Order: sequence, then structure tokens, then C-alpha cells
Amino acid sequence: MLLHTHIHIRRRQIRSQLVRTAIILCTVLTLLPLLYILAYIIRRGIGVMHLSFFLQLPKPVGESGGGIANALVGSLLIVGMATLMAVPVGISSALYLSEHPKGKLAGIIRICLEVLTGIPSIVVGIVAYYWLVRPMGSFSALSGSVALAIMMLPIMIRSAEETLKRFPLHLREASLALGVPYYKTILKVLLPCSLSGVVSGIMLSIARVIGETAPLLFTAFGNPYLTANIFHPMHSLPLLIYNYAISPYENWHQLAWGAAMVLLVWILLLNVLTRIMIRKWSVQY
Amino acid sequence: MERPVLEVRHFHAWFGNHEVVRDVNLSLQRHKVIAIMGPSGCGKTTFLRCINRMHELAPDARTQGEILLEGENIYQMSPIMLRLRVGMVFQRPNPFPHLTIYENVLAGYLLNNIALSRTEKDAIVEDSLRKAALWNEVKDNLRKKGSFLSGGQQQRLCIARAIAMKPDILLLDEPTSALDPISTAGIEELTQELKKNYTLILVTHNMQQAARVSDDTAFFYMGELVEFAPTRQMFTAPKDQRTQNYITGRFS
Repeated sequence: MLLHTHIHIRRRQIRSQLVRTAIILCTVLTLLPLLYILAYIIRRGIGVMHLSFFLQLPKPVGESGGGIANALVGSLLIVGMATLMAVPVGISSALYLSEHPKGKLAGIIRICLEVLTGIPSIVVGIVAYYWLVRPMGSFSALSGSVALAIMMLPIMIRSAEETLKRFPLHLREASLALGVPYYKTILKVLLPCSLSGVVSGIMLSIARVIGETAPLLFTAFGNPYLTANIFHPMHSLPLLIYNYAISPYENWHQLAWGAAMVLLVWILLLNVLTRIMIRKWSVQY
Repeated sequence: MERPVLEVRHFHAWFGNHEVVRDVNLSLQRHKVIAIMGPSGCGKTTFLRCINRMHELAPDARTQGEILLEGENIYQMSPIMLRLRVGMVFQRPNPFPHLTIYENVLAGYLLNNIALSRTEKDAIVEDSLRKAALWNEVKDNLRKKGSFLSGGQQQRLCIARAIAMKPDILLLDEPTSALDPISTAGIEELTQELKKNYTLILVTHNMQQAARVSDDTAFFYMGELVEFAPTRQMFTAPKDQRTQNYITGRFS
């Protein structure tokens, strides 16, 4: 081999090595804050992790102990209802977008989604306040769910549309050629084949709103007692963290750290579950 | 002569302003393999897709003329009913990836919510897979997904899926073009078995294949049906100059 060529190749290898090192360094830099937050929250929150933390209601100021049962149940209910509201709307929109990408409504839906993504969450809360809280005369979990449902839509629709769009023509034709009507082709072939993407879109949108505080400030409002009445004010984890964090009491700060850790674990679990589901249900075309 | 299973009268098909099939007249007898051959872009696939009204799914598709299935005009039937009576096998094997082999064979029933008892299901699955020459290879794996099969097996699964509906006619759109030679031979052999029970219309760009498997051959050129004759006659004494040119390889 010519000496010249040899040096050239050697130089390229060194440059390649340098770039690789730089990329790894940047990746570590990105991960550092995340790992730090995780470690910090767990360190501060792990101290209050007892069974009573999950089962008890908050205690009045001055008494030690107490738990977050009301916020836990509230978060579950509010986010659960929001999911029930958002899924039919979101999946239908995603279906429309993927089936009629050039349809009249498609352009409008896309613009709406973009705007919706950009709207600050507190504004969504205010909208829900004017829509529901004022006419109904009371803060309520229901209005909080509506606010969260609105926030869930963009992520859910984008993710579902991405999967639905990938559905190949040859499978659609296979179904239609068997005499299967269009709507049944959608319900029984398109949706089941796209299940992993659709469900992971739903899960990701849940993970996205589960920690939202702002939309709940004017809607669900918060409630120191355990309630399952969706027409009453209800507590939730992010609201509890917010209220306790700005309070002057050390005991409440402790509970807030604990709640933050619960929220974190919850989101982490949702993400892990989504990954497992994608792996298990995804269909190779 | 018995009534033809399919009669085509003055049939035209368009994509937008482009006339893809021009004034085709044809009459097909049952229990035969009919090959439709011709160069690419001659309208043979479009014509095939008109027989089960898949052509009209394209946004700017249009047709004119009559196609009669057992004397009934298919354009006055519901496309759903028509497609239950006219099965189709595509160029690329397309088993449903979310269904098992068993469910794939029954897909026409399952997806249409046609209720069947367990015994009926088992019987249809076994019968269809046997007729598609796939039973021995998959009988122990019926509950597995269809996607782990080889290309040739997948195509035979698609044939089983089509004949499970007991169609009058089976349309095959270049069914071996995505397959290796051995699988191709398998499918060709299968056509000879299948014609005992069904009428097969086979689109192929492969002249040798048409010669090997078909009883009658239709030659399409530039959207026209140039010649329709018993295969042996078509390949030994074609009447039209264009047929002769095609068969002797002067264009492809």
C-alpha cells in the first residue's frame, strides 16, 4: 500500500474516533440532568415511603405523618376520565387524518393540532374554567379532566396517525377483496395491526399530562379530603406537590418530595409499559 | 354449450382520462384456467381488478359496459357480495399479520362476522389448506402467526383464504412474480388441482407460464383484447399479427 494512502486512512480513523468520543460526551451531558433529578427526588422522597403514605389523608398542620391518598385517587380519576374523553376524539381524528390526508378537514385538524401544542397549559385551564366551572358554579374534577383531555389530543393524534399511515395498501386490498366492507376493514384489520402504535400514543399522552399542574389550578382546584365525586373539587398529585412545596412547613415539604417520587415512578412505569407493548404487539408488514 | 360463468360485453375501463381497457368482449367457461397475458401496461391487471370491482377503489376510476357473473350484472350487485363470490390472490403474498394461520384461512368469515360453529371452522380450514397444498406443512402450527411462513407458503395461505369462501371464480394477479422457482412450480401445479372446483383467471407477464398452466389464453395489447383462443392454438397458430409478434418475442 502506498504510504500516502496509509496515512490518509489512518487520519480518517482518528477523526472518526474523535467524533465518536464527542457524541458520547454530549449524550452523557444530556443524560446527566435527568439522572441528577431522578437521584435527587428519590433521595428526598424515599424517606416518607410507608404504607401509610399511600393510605392516609394529609394531616393538619402541626401533626406529623399523613399521606397522599386523596391526591393519588384524584389523579387516577382525573387522568382516567381525561383518557376516556380524549381517546374517542383522538383516535377518530387520527383515523381521519391517515385515511384522508388530503381531505378538506385534514388541513384544519392539522392547524388546530399545531396551535393546540403551542397553547400554554394554564390557558387550557382557563378555557375549561369558562366552559365548565363557571356555568356549573363549582370547581370540579370533571372540568380538570376536560382540560387534560384537550392537552392529550395532539400527542395522541400524532403518534396514532404515524402508525396508521404506515398500514400497507396490500393488506387493505386483501381485506376488501374478501368482501369485507370498508368500516370493518378499518375496525378489524387496520386498527388491530396498528394497535401497538395507537396504544403507545395513548400511554405517552397520559404520561405527558399526568404531571400537569397549571390546567388543574382553576378546574379541579384541590381538596384536602378523599372524594370520588367528579362534580366536586378533587385533589391530584401535581396540585398537592405545588401546594405543599410553597407551604412553610417541613412536614409538608417531605410529603411533596414523596408525591414527586410517586409521580416520577408512575411516569417511568407508563413509559416502560409502552415499550413492552410496542415490542409485544407490533406487527411486521 | 353450458352457460358461461363470466361474460364480458363491450367493457371499457379508465383511470381519469386514460382508457386502460378498451371494448373487451369475452366469455369464459367454468373449470378452466384462463391466462391473461400481455406486455406491461396492457391493461391486463386492471381488467382483472374490474371483475371483482377492485378497480373502482382508485379515486378517478371509471368503467363502461357489462360483466355478467352467472348471467348477473356485477355492476348491479353490491361489491361486498360480488367479492365473496370472486376471490382474489395478489402479486405479493398478503396474509394478515395480526391473525394466526387458522384465522387467516377463515378471514373472509371472521372479518365479515359470519358465524360458524367450531366443527364448520375446522372443516373449512382443513379443506381449504388441503386444496391449497399447504395442510401437511402447517397442520401443527395452525395457531401461529402467518408471517413466519416462507413466501411460497404465504401465497398458498392466501389461496386457501380465497377458496375458503367457495368462490365461483378465483382471480390470480401474477401470483408467482414474487416467488422463487420452486414455489412458482408449486403454485402452477396447484392451479391444475384447483380448476377441478373453481374457474381460475390468471394474469401473467410470463408467456411460458401461460403456456404451461392455462386452457385458454387471452392476449391483451394496449388495452385491447387482441385474441382469445385455446392456449395450444394461441401458441401454435395465432391469428393476429400482434399476437404472433408477442409470442415470438418481438416485443415484451
